[in-house]
Amino acid sequence: MNKIIKYVLYDIVRSKIVVAYTLFLLLLSIGLFNLGGSPDKGLLSLLNLVLLTVPLISIVFATTHFYNSYEFMELLVSQPIRRSRIFLSEYWGVALSLSAAFLLGVGVPVLLFAPGATGLYLVLTGLFVTFIFVALAFLASVITRDKAKGIGIALLLWFYFALIYDGIVLLILYSFGDYPLEYATLALTALNPVDLGRVMVLLNLDVSAMMGYTGALYKSIFGSAWGVGIAFLVLLLWVLVPLLTSRRAFTRRDL
Amino acid sequence: MKNLSKYIIVWSACALVWLLGSPPALGDTLKVCRTCEHHSVKEAVRKAKAGDVVLVDGGLYLESGIEITQPISLIGRNNPVIDGRNTGQIITIKSSNVKVEGFTVQNVAVSYMRDDAAIRVADLENIQILNNTVLNTYFGIYLQNTDNSVVKGNVVRGESADKIESSLGNAIHVWRSDNVEVSDNTAEGHRDGIYFEFVTNSRVHDNLSEGNNRYGLHFMFSDGNVYTRNVFRSNGAGVAVMYTRNIRMEHNTFEDNWGAASYGLLLKDISQSAILNNTFRRNTTGIYMESSSQLDITSNDFDRNGWAIRLLSSCIQDTFRLNNFTGNSFDVSTNGNPTMNLFENNYWDKYSGYDLDKDRTGDVPYRPVSLYSMLVERVPPSVMFMRSFMVDLMDSIERVLPSFIPESLVDNRPSMKKIDHDSDRKLVQNLR
Repeated sequence: MNKIIKYVLYDIVRSKIVVAYTLFLLLLSIGLFNLGGSPDKGLLSLLNLVLLTVPLISIVFATTHFYNSYEFMELLVSQPIRRSRIFLSEYWGVALSLSAAFLLGVGVPVLLFAPGATGLYLVLTGLFVTFIFVALAFLASVITRDKAKGIGIALLLWFYFALIYDGIVLLILYSFGDYPLEYATLALTALNPVDLGRVMVLLNLDVSAMMGYTGALYKSIFGSAWGVGIAFLVLLLWVLVPLLTSRRAFTRRDL
Repeated sequence: MKNLSKYIIVWSACALVWLLGSPPALGDTLKVCRTCEHHSVKEAVRKAKAGDVVLVDGGLYLESGIEITQPISLIGRNNPVIDGRNTGQIITIKSSNVKVEGFTVQNVAVSYMRDDAAIRVADLENIQILNNTVLNTYFGIYLQNTDNSVVKGNVVRGESADKIESSLGNAIHVWRSDNVEVSDNTAEGHRDGIYFEFVTNSRVHDNLSEGNNRYGLHFMFSDGNVYTRNVFRSNGAGVAVMYTRNIRMEHNTFEDNWGAASYGLLLKDISQSAILNNTFRRNTTGIYMESSSQLDITSNDFDRNGWAIRLLSSCIQDTFRLNNFTGNSFDVSTNGNPTMNLFENNYWDKYSGYDLDKDRTGDVPYRPVSLYSMLVERVPPSVMFMRSFMVDLMDSIERVLPSFIPESLVDNRPSMKKIDHDSDRKLVQNLR
């Protein structure tokens, strides 16, 4: 397994896209921290960009990578190696390289400009989002053999999680505004990893403490070790569910 | 004619000399200390006649129920401590023209029936309470129906840590009085820092009210008062003022009032008043306004609040000019469509317009109420979607083509640059 991961990693680094991605994130982070004035402001702007770009790049890159290494996978399948092992190696290779890029591009500037709990949450959220969207990309890729269709599904998934979902939830909240929605909203947030990550970082910034009764309620939930633990557990579920589903599909499928 | 004026001058000079010279000549000085004639403050006060000075030297006096029935001065030297040991009210003033200065008064137990205070005054006038320290009491300084009085330079500190709101009294409590000066005091750890009810034509300045369980400043039905250069910080529910007309609040600082029901300044039924040059920093809500009309809110700084201003639709004819809005989550929010309020020449850090004619005001109007803030006002849980990309998108579209946000809440001439209030703040301080 390690050997396959090594080959995948080598392949990815050689394509230089990940290097460009690292540089892009690095430039973005350093720029935002220098522009923002206070580190808190920098973190906020960075959060918005991370939650928009990281999922997009992760999902598009992982999907294209999966289709591009189809022949390599077919070659490996002809060897006496279990399919789930091949699949997981591919996953680890992509996820690790993108996470490394994220750690270098965002983690290091955060450590330099805004060390602290909030920065840590931002980096952890970014890492989870990377893992989640790579898993989603693999899910989209195993659904169909057609590359264009696969990328289409991947983009749609990104579009859904980054944009449409919030719109739908806001609509629901607006329509049912007369009911107590505090916990319903919490549950709805958990159904979108991007929102969950954003809320977790926001509630650890100063901004959150001021947002009235509901803000205080969520702060008390997410502020406790128990709440943070649950939130990360949900994020972990968001990695595992698409990953295991797609692995199952990959092992059973006629390639 | 000349003679007459000479007479007047001579007589008035004589009168002046008599006036100035007489009080010390009238009174004796009664000293209280361990080796003096009097050992107890209570005893000395009982023996004192009108115009006397009771001079208490440093030391610990375990006394309570000191009743001042003559117009005397009770003065502490070298910080005498009067410890009530929770046996009831410590100093009760029952005569006008009394001065109490320089004591540390401590330990008054909670008394729901009598509202015991460290220093209590009722139905009198010309009382001066100066430079005392009041520690761990139920009520601190309690003035009741007491006109023309001064409460100055006192430190009133309670222990609210393990108590609930109903078992705490107010630090400085004034009820139904006219022309009172409350200045340079520190009030902390009580229910309300400064509490006014039916107090008129009074001045409250240079006080610090911090860490009180409920309000830093709380007044009702108190017309014609002036509040200047006070600091209200980290109080349970900030500052709340109600049912009052004709007040001025200038150069005060309202900060760090965080919490679900916490306000920098809550205005309910306040009218014809001026709120100028104040700073609102890091509050859940900077100013919350309900049924308030004809207010002049000018040259204030709103910095890093959750909501800088919550203007309920019951407010009319309020003017917001030359204020700075920086780093607030929401600049202005409302629950309906308030009318006839004017926003002009404010600086908004979220403003993204341009100034082609270089007159330092933006050419495009700024709408301080965002669509999302209206949504949050209606459905509070949607606060979870703050800074979501969708929300930003919605707000941007709504700013370009406003259809939901109130048409009337608009700053037609927003300032392009942050307005510098600090220079005129110094100037005003110099002038005073």
